[in-house]
Amino acid sequence: MSASATVSGPRRRFSVGRAVAWTYLGGVVLVTIFPFYWILRTSFSNNYSLITHPSSLLPVDFTLGAFRRVLGIATSAESLAEGGSGASINILHFAMNSLIFATLSTVLVVFFSLIAAYAFARLQWPGRDLVFSVLLTALMVPGILTLLPNFVLIKDLGLLNTFGGLILPGALFSAFNIFFLRQFMLGLSGEIEEAALIDGASRLRVLFQITLPMTSGPVTTLSILGFIGAWNDYFWPLLVTSDDSVRPLTLALAVFKQSSPQAAPDWAGLMAATLVAALPMLVLFLAFGRRIVDSIGFSGLK
Amino acid sequence: MAISTTTPARGRTATGRDHKTGPARRTGSPAHRGDARLAWVLIAPAVIGFLAFAAYPTLRGIYLSFTDFRVLTPPQWTGLDNLKRLVADEVFWHSLGVTAYFVVLSVVIGMALSVTTAVVLHRLTASTALRGIIILPFLISGVVAATTWSWMLDAQLGIVNIAIRQLGLDPVFFLGSSKWAIPTIALISVWKGMGYNAIIVFAGLQTIPPTVYEAGRIDGANEMQMFRRLTLPLLRPVLAMVLVLTVIGSFQVFDLVAVTTQGGPARASNVLQLYIYDKAFGQFEFGYAATMSLALFAMLITITFLQMRLLRADESDTN
Repeated sequence: MSASATVSGPRRRFSVGRAVAWTYLGGVVLVTIFPFYWILRTSFSNNYSLITHPSSLLPVDFTLGAFRRVLGIATSAESLAEGGSGASINILHFAMNSLIFATLSTVLVVFFSLIAAYAFARLQWPGRDLVFSVLLTALMVPGILTLLPNFVLIKDLGLLNTFGGLILPGALFSAFNIFFLRQFMLGLSGEIEEAALIDGASRLRVLFQITLPMTSGPVTTLSILGFIGAWNDYFWPLLVTSDDSVRPLTLALAVFKQSSPQAAPDWAGLMAATLVAALPMLVLFLAFGRRIVDSIGFSGLK
Repeated sequence: MAISTTTPARGRTATGRDHKTGPARRTGSPAHRGDARLAWVLIAPAVIGFLAFAAYPTLRGIYLSFTDFRVLTPPQWTGLDNLKRLVADEVFWHSLGVTAYFVVLSVVIGMALSVTTAVVLHRLTASTALRGIIILPFLISGVVAATTWSWMLDAQLGIVNIAIRQLGLDPVFFLGSSKWAIPTIALISVWKGMGYNAIIVFAGLQTIPPTVYEAGRIDGANEMQMFRRLTLPLLRPVLAMVLVLTVIGSFQVFDLVAVTTQGGPARASNVLQLYIYDKAFGQFEFGYAATMSLALFAMLITITFLQMRLLRADESDTN
């Protein structure tokens, strides 16, 4: 995976082929980034003025009004003056719900996967490989088959519309996480761990003080990917939440979009809400971009 | 439940032979003595999660698909009634057709662009920043992507239609017309997933040793020939995996449709998962919805199996 393998020769002179390739790449980058810019441009615009200047590349009548509307701090007179529709969204509340949902489910499933992976990679016990292969069969079952019965189960447990119901089905077990971490641990040298065991350290102490620090790389990767997945999840929250109390932001945004009037939607408000929903992902991207790129590439080669 | 499972379940590897003392995989140190008890404690959460939220719902879903179940009353066994209904359900077949149309468009366009982008990136630059930029759409939710594109493709004020009008053409009702709804959603889906797939293909390209291309060049092959005769065959396992995952994901498209068109206009974009959702949660026909889920699952298994066979995905040309 070294970068040096990329440039296959020292041929850097100009050619038509290279020019076409760079143009193509430029086009891809433009189409990729432009919608993000358009979110930014629209969310800082006055929704009324958008109608008269739809093609302006800069925000029209720069205002923070759209953000004030979605944060619920704009008065109704203010909203009307800037073309807000009646529909509103208390975005901080939903962002907090999303944060709780995504953080808890990520931390739990990564932790439980880690200790299970340790048992599969380092401990010797009868039935280990059989149990491991049985757990891996879950990789083949798509969500569509388990979602409805899981909904019924959560309903029977009385957990509809609670964080417990949102988190529980994904919090205990992830076949992919266990597989990924086990593979990584098998690749690590066990000598330090064996030495510590011989010195009298307990298994649990070895797990938490020696193995865990050595797996911090893949643990971070899985946490990032898990957090992104949970933050962006739409279908499961749609099934188990029925009001605003625990509803995450992704779902609230969809409801906000669907409840906007067809005739004159509050596009500025919608884009402001969209920006808030996308922001944590963009921050993660800035902080961990390289790691995300590498781990996606790696996940394809497993 | 933990320790009772000391029945001699046979392990698959050669090390699983000696159960009583614990097979000596590394050093056979006496430190492995209490392992079984600790192991079951450590895997208990995962096993419970697997049984409760993967194994049990799968079996229950299969059972429910042979029942009439309306959530509030217990399921009633109805045998093959749901299946007969499915065969005669025109909306189901229409939804399946809509879904297939979506899958073909998003997979063909998505694969073509992903591979092109990966190859171009690989030939031109090793810049991580550039690769980072193209996976940005993967990081945001389908709802965010769908909302943003709904705005950009708006018939009156959307920037895309303004550009089209500037070119002197008629505005296109991207999401509001039966003809364009599915192609438009497919393109949004391509926009969202293309970079992710390109990165996986790119990583695959990096594993091809440059000497292969040098040999090809010495033999006088041009770029196109090298792409077709060297790159594609060597990439086959990676491409097969990306293809299978894209097909499976596309068949289960939901959020993009739910946010942009809600299945409309006039069911033109009523994809299968939307129909299943509507049957279950709009009309509380859980039994029938489970039958459709099972049918979708069976189709996915078949398609995946066929793809793996056709592409011989498990064999690599590299070794």
